[in-house]
Amino acid sequence: MEIPSARPGEALPTNNPEPPAQSFPDNDPAPGRIEVESLYKSYETESGFREVIKDLSLSVTEGQVTAIMGPSGCGKSTLINLLAGYEKPNGGKISIDQKPVTGAGPDRLVVFQETALFPWLTTFENVAYGPKIRRELKGEKLDSVIMSLLRTVGLEDFRDKYPSQLSGGMQRRAELVRALVNRPKVMLLDEPFRGLDAMTRSLMRDYYLDLFERHKGTQVFVTSELDEGLLIADRLAIVTNRPGRIKKILDVALPRPRDESLRGSPEYLSLKAEALELLHEEALKSFKAGAVNSADFVGAYAAMG
Amino acid sequence: MTDNPSGIIPAVESLPLAEAATAEPQAAAHRPRGPLAKWLTSPAPWLNVSGILGFLLLWHLLTTVLRLPLFDKLPGPLETVGEWFSRNPTYGISVFTVEYYQHIGLSCLRVFLAFLLATALGVPLGLLMGWKKTFCDYTFPVLELLRPIPMLAWVPLAILMWPGRETSIVFLTFLGSFFATLLNSWLGVKSIDRSYFRAAASLGASESLLFRKIVWPGAMPFVFTGLQISMGYAWFSLVAGEMLAGEFGLGYLIWDSYILVQYPVIIIAMFTLGVVGSLSSLIIRLVGNLLIKWKVKEA
Repeated sequence: MEIPSARPGEALPTNNPEPPAQSFPDNDPAPGRIEVESLYKSYETESGFREVIKDLSLSVTEGQVTAIMGPSGCGKSTLINLLAGYEKPNGGKISIDQKPVTGAGPDRLVVFQETALFPWLTTFENVAYGPKIRRELKGEKLDSVIMSLLRTVGLEDFRDKYPSQLSGGMQRRAELVRALVNRPKVMLLDEPFRGLDAMTRSLMRDYYLDLFERHKGTQVFVTSELDEGLLIADRLAIVTNRPGRIKKILDVALPRPRDESLRGSPEYLSLKAEALELLHEEALKSFKAGAVNSADFVGAYAAMG
Repeated sequence: MTDNPSGIIPAVESLPLAEAATAEPQAAAHRPRGPLAKWLTSPAPWLNVSGILGFLLLWHLLTTVLRLPLFDKLPGPLETVGEWFSRNPTYGISVFTVEYYQHIGLSCLRVFLAFLLATALGVPLGLLMGWKKTFCDYTFPVLELLRPIPMLAWVPLAILMWPGRETSIVFLTFLGSFFATLLNSWLGVKSIDRSYFRAAASLGASESLLFRKIVWPGAMPFVFTGLQISMGYAWFSLVAGEMLAGEFGLGYLIWDSYILVQYPVIIIAMFTLGVVGSLSSLIIRLVGNLLIKWKVKEA
């Protein structure tokens, strides 16, 4: 599918002429490296004891996008919550640049599934929230940094709107910028484009690729769309059926900058075939285990292939 | 601009703005009507007026024309309105007498004091209960035990505890108002999505910042709903308190007029209560809308 071309005068995000140096006055921080060693997480639920993640080890390499895919309920969101420090693992280690993760912090920022923009703040105030409370940037400098980021994602005219006045796609873009302005060592994205229609979603992916290629931070990107995963990722980690561990990591050595045209290339197609096979295997296991929505899942992967 | 993302062509998503920016002044030019003008040209005012007229007609029929046994002792609308707006009222209460405004003023003052007190105590307490589980664990059982006690059951204690009638009435009014405020403030914090707390923690917010920047604004809509309900309870409790222990005030006026067989005054005081009650509720709503712009502007 080709991206519908913009109206005259409306630049697509990927050929935005603004140089990256303008986005941040200082250099981008050194991207962080996350090491996860034999992670274990279980919950005591009403229906009994449930192991969500078991023996999951993963290196999230610095400056790259690591996409995470797996059957629904395989613990992808739990992994993000553990990496972010919102929840504590029952076993194993998580460290960022050799320092153990003990809680939430601005070095690892999360972009949530549905938007978590504060509804009582305007777009600008939302983006300014992090730098302001940490007193890192203020006044005109803060203003110019935020405005140039908002321009990159086409939201400069929406700076004084509240989230409820933005469309779904705009909210996600504002949220990407809210995380990025803090220059985190790692960005954790938990299906950030979920719930958007296909067209908005592909546009969001282009905005995301554009931002990533400018700022080159470490990214952990959970997705349930294989094409989305392949187009954005440097490495695609496939998680097994619950209890989740890494089944395989595929290196997505496709050239950057990327766009939709890659989808026809032989490298892309062979990677896709390999990933599909792995995912389908896990989906079937999840189906046999009787997961509620796994039937849809198996169907969905059959349709993708 | 549409709320629905599916209605937006992706590559031109920021276009609706450009359109809106140019379209708005034009729209304003050929439609300069405010919400009031819009309302006046809709069928709503006519329906409102006919509803009121219908009510008055029914009242007139029941009390003056048909004189049904149930309504036999009640004054009709003509008699009531005549008394209400008389320069020389038979029973000493009309819009032209000082006493009328003394009763209104004193009732309003009592409600205002009690409501202020209930808000000043109930909102912080409720927010703290919603925010800190330990604090909630301490306070919840006691409050849940006290809350269902009908306000009238407090009357003897109120009279025993407080010096003078004034403080007893304000205390009773406060009680009615307090629990609604407390409960809604508590629910307000509970209603805040967990991801806002998580996002704020990731962005580096300290505990006190979480309270000021997440708990406080996030609970606002519920708090103001609570304040409106609590204002209603305040008037309810006030009238009961004034009937039992008052020397002035609209509740006292109703009871006093009943004992003195001045029936039109009962109706006048009742309608007056209706009017001041609605006005006080309206004020809270306006203040709330002013403070919670992000909720109002949803469009």
